[in-house]
Amino acid sequence: MSESVAYVLIALSLVIMAWAGWLTIRNRRINDALFYVAAALEIALVAVAVGGFIALAVTERSVDTVTFVGYLLTIVLIMPIGIAWGASDKSRWGPGVVVIAAFVVIVLTWRLVQIWQGIGV
Amino acid sequence: MSDRSTSSGPGRVLVAVYAVFALSASARSIVQIATDFDAAPLAYSLSAVAAVVYIVATFALARGIRPLAWTACAVEAVGVLVVGTISLTASEDFPDATVWSVYGQGYGYVPAVLPLLGLAWLWHTRENRE
Repeated sequence: MSESVAYVLIALSLVIMAWAGWLTIRNRRINDALFYVAAALEIALVAVAVGGFIALAVTERSVDTVTFVGYLLTIVLIMPIGIAWGASDKSRWGPGVVVIAAFVVIVLTWRLVQIWQGIGV
Repeated sequence: MSDRSTSSGPGRVLVAVYAVFALSASARSIVQIATDFDAAPLAYSLSAVAAVVYIVATFALARGIRPLAWTACAVEAVGVLVVGTISLTASEDFPDATVWSVYGQGYGYVPAVLPLLGLAWLWHTRENRE
């Protein structure tokens, strides 16, 4: 996975983290706007996962396949689960869950880059 | 009148963090045991124990099964202290990191703080609260 793609994902995740954090501080629930931005991130993550599988199939470098596939599958599941778990709470802590989910996406994105480059596996 | 559910309000976030650790500890432990168990049987066994504790804690907090949640968080608190100390004093048995090595250093010390938050949350939401 190229670093520029990772930076886009991380930037989008940071926006979601900041926004969800703001909603938590302001004592708001998850709103439609946050949901749509999270959905945009999710679409990007699915695209990256598909691209990642294709890249893994055609690459000639040695990548830790099991770990890489595990991370690709996990990264597309985090946001939907986080939104579902967070949206079913009627308090400010709903968006709080989204803060955690977005942070996990950032960590997983960075690990994916490292695994792709064969660092720190 | 406070909400006494363990999975609503701040508990929502707590369960989410526990779920993240349940997932990462399980994945790490499965990979360690499947690929290289003989390298560090003690560390990798404790890794698996940690994974199970996180899964149980996540489930118990999410479903509001208090006795199980108390037990899991207490075992977790003891586990991170004991394993953290062993990993420092007997480092030859810990060639590869586990979640609880050096009090969870590799995970920003969250594993050391999480059981305390869990226990505090269970105390805060206890049934017979005045």
